[in-house]
Amino acid sequence: MKFKQLSLFLENQPAHLKQPCRILAEAGIDIRPLSLADADQFGILRLIVADWERAKHVLEEAGCAVRVDEVVGLEVADECGGMAHVLEVLEQGGHNVLYTYAFTFGEAGRAVLFMRFEDPDAAIAALQAGQIHVLDPVRWLKRTE
Amino acid sequence: MHQPGTPTQEQPTFLPRSAPDYLPEPQLRELQLTRLQAIVTRAYERVPLFRERCEQRGVQPSDLRQLADIQHLPFTVKNDLRDTYPFGLFASPREEIVRLHASSGTTGKPIVVAYTQDDLDVWSEVMSRTFAACGVHAGDMVQNAFGYGLFTGGLGAHYGAEELGATVIPISGGNTERQMMVMRDFGVTALCATPSYFLHLLERAREADIDWANLPLRVGIFGAEPWTEAMRQRIEQESGIRAYDIYGLSEIIGPGVGSECCAQDGLHIFEDHFYPEIIDPESGAPLPDGEEGELVLTTLSKQAMPMIRYRTRDLTTIIPERCRCGRTLRRIQRIGRRSDDMFIIRGVNVFPAQVETALLQVEGTLPHYQITLSRKGSLDQMEVAVEVTEAVLSDTVGGMEALQKQVADALEHIIGLRVGVRLVEPQSLPRSEGKAKRVFDNREG
Ligand SMILES: [Zn+2]
Repeated sequence: MKFKQLSLFLENQPAHLKQPCRILAEAGIDIRPLSLADADQFGILRLIVADWERAKHVLEEAGCAVRVDEVVGLEVADECGGMAHVLEVLEQGGHNVLYTYAFTFGEAGRAVLFMRFEDPDAAIAALQAGQIHVLDPVRWLKRTE
Repeated sequence: MHQPGTPTQEQPTFLPRSAPDYLPEPQLRELQLTRLQAIVTRAYERVPLFRERCEQRGVQPSDLRQLADIQHLPFTVKNDLRDTYPFGLFASPREEIVRLHASSGTTGKPIVVAYTQDDLDVWSEVMSRTFAACGVHAGDMVQNAFGYGLFTGGLGAHYGAEELGATVIPISGGNTERQMMVMRDFGVTALCATPSYFLHLLERAREADIDWANLPLRVGIFGAEPWTEAMRQRIEQESGIRAYDIYGLSEIIGPGVGSECCAQDGLHIFEDHFYPEIIDPESGAPLPDGEEGELVLTTLSKQAMPMIRYRTRDLTTIIPERCRCGRTLRRIQRIGRRSDDMFIIRGVNVFPAQVETALLQVEGTLPHYQITLSRKGSLDQMEVAVEVTEAVLSDTVGGMEALQKQVADALEHIIGLRVGVRLVEPQSLPRSEGKAKRVFDNREG
């Protein structure tokens, strides 16, 4: 039930973000959610793609350093209070969210959140117990193709 | 007899070429003294600059009664070679000189060094002893990626490997694609290169999906620039070869002055041809074995251009203990610091080796890095740019900032200064095909 997320180190300079995106585009790999966390001098680009192993390979061939982590994807109603409910459930279980980013796609009224936890399996159990829809990566990536 | 693939099993084999490595010590010292007296006499009689300096000090060749008397002789420094450019220090008539080499001369005039046929024979001998000490044998396929030409590295290694009976591929430096093709197609078993160029080759080979584990390459002979123990570990782990450090300098003969052996614990100086001393670089006073100082070398048999007490600017220690390989030749610690590499920032002496130590402490392996010095107003700035590797990559900004701080803290602890640390993308710093340039000094004046 976990997504593989690729992280790349980028220097904060014009055009540096474009490069990995172009490499993936040339390899015919479609980037789904993407998030950029940045500091003064550099940023961390996080990506979720359908074929993460091939994406990692082409990025590494192009000289990028790539890290792989597991993140949890969940679907919430894109409405007031949807996010608050998720956070409440996690807080009650003591599951610390390291970071999160949201993604909306074609289906109106729904948003997808990606979250990184210290212990993703425990967090998934808590979310499911709280009636929150945790996404199955294979099915979701296929559905949103 | 040594078995290929298990270099640690190497036993003293008393091959004719390696025999002088195992001379009993009293015999070695006696040989050194006899040769020292002869070479000093030769220089005194034939090199005006040397004679002048001896006369100023009131010393004569006949004053050399024991080896320790060498300390009464004057030093030779690199500038002496420039000042007497091109042929002023030659001790042989021009027609007896069969080879010239020269340094590339980044500043001003190059330095020129000369060899008689006997000198070339000695050079081949010490280089073949170098190869033997590194576990290379007759029949090995040697890819020589040291530069050929005026630089001594290429031809020095070339004749040494031939002398040993190995097959030499005189490929010289550069052209990485061709190096990789030859290495794979010719079944290369030993490679001579600068360590930084070999790392470059390794990276490129990885990109080209070359499977190192299935190559017959087993020995790397690395020299021409200082490198660290950590770099050795990285090379050995990533390529599965044994990596040996060798030492030499053109002023003395070229490569072949000293070499590691199977013990990989210091470099044996070929003392029957080169007499080592360690001095205090400030006062010039001799230091006992075991203390760190500047290495001073005297050529004991070089006819065309004897070098008496040449100051190498290399900082090291003579290791007093006998090596477990059985060679009686004394060893020096591998040279990590060259007094020439040192720079001064805000009144503090800094060596690139210290920066490497800090990076190793934090990261475990040595990433590519570059030091830039600049001046802001009247204050000197130092910035270390460090390439991010997969091993240290975090998926959070906080994680990368913590890494940046750890490196800055380690640098501050070792150097005593807070300096800038900039994380940069992998493969973004320039790679050199020869000696890696680590320090860029943009300060004016
Ligand atoms: Zn030894």
